[in-house]
Amino acid sequence: MKTKKLIVKSRTENLSRIRDFVSSNALEAGFNKDQIDEMILAVDEACTNVIKHAYKYSPDGEIRIEIKFDKSAFTITIEDDGVSFNPDVVPEPDLQKYYREHRVGGLGMYLMKTLMDDVEYKSEPGKFNRVSLTKKLKTA
Amino acid sequence: MAEFNTTLKEQGDISVIKLKGFLDAHTAPVLESKFDELIKKNKYKIVVDFQDLAYISSAGLGVFMAYIEKVRENQGDIKLASMSDKVYNIFDLLGFPLLYEIFKTEEEAIKKFSE
Repeated sequence: MKTKKLIVKSRTENLSRIRDFVSSNALEAGFNKDQIDEMILAVDEACTNVIKHAYKYSPDGEIRIEIKFDKSAFTITIEDDGVSFNPDVVPEPDLQKYYREHRVGGLGMYLMKTLMDDVEYKSEPGKFNRVSLTKKLKTA
Repeated sequence: MAEFNTTLKEQGDISVIKLKGFLDAHTAPVLESKFDELIKKNKYKIVVDFQDLAYISSAGLGVFMAYIEKVRENQGDIKLASMSDKVYNIFDLLGFPLLYEIFKTEEEAIKKFSE
C-alpha cells in the first residue's frame, strides 16, 4: 500500500494542483487515461464542494488530500475543517429545476457517485468532514 | 495554475465564443464575464466552440445553466459545438443534451441560427 499526501488552502486556484496530484499517482497505480480523467473530475468536484460549501469561499481553510493505493484499489480521501453537511439531503440533479432557477446544485456529488466505485462521507461536526472516493483497479 | 481563456468572434449577428484550456470553479468567472459582456450588448445568438477545451467540471457546466433562459427569453440561444468525446460525455452524463443543441462543428451551429 502506497500513501501520498497533499495539503492545500481552500482556494479554487489550487484545483489544478490537486488534479495534477491525482493524475500522477493514478498513472503510477496503473490506471488508463479514461479512468484517470474520471478520478480527476470526481476529486475536483469534491474539493470544489469543500471550498464552496464547507469553507464558503474563505481562502485560508485547509484541505487535506490523501491517496492510498495498492494493486486492487485507489482511494482518495479529502478532509476539511469547515461546515458540516448531510450528504443524504443533497437532491438528485434535476435539469428542469436548474433551468427555472438559473443555477445548478448537486451535480458534483452526482458526478462523484457516477464516476467512482465507492463514495463515503464521514462528518464529525465541529471537528472534520471527510469524503473517501475509491476506484477499483481492474486488471484484464 | 490551470489556464483558460476565451476568444470572441462575430459572424453577422452571431457571436462565437471559443474556449481554450481548463474550465473549472477557478476559471468559470472568466466565461461568466464573457456572457455578461454579450448580454449587455444585446447579443443573444451565441455559439460556444469547445474544440480546444481540455477539461470541464460541473462549475463550468453551471455557467451555461446560468445564462440559457435569459438568452432564450430574448429570442436567442446558446448552441454548443465541437466537443471532444471526453467533454461531451460529461454533458451527456448530466442530461444536458436535452436542454442544449450540440453540433459536431461550429459551422453547423452557426447555420442553425439562420434556419
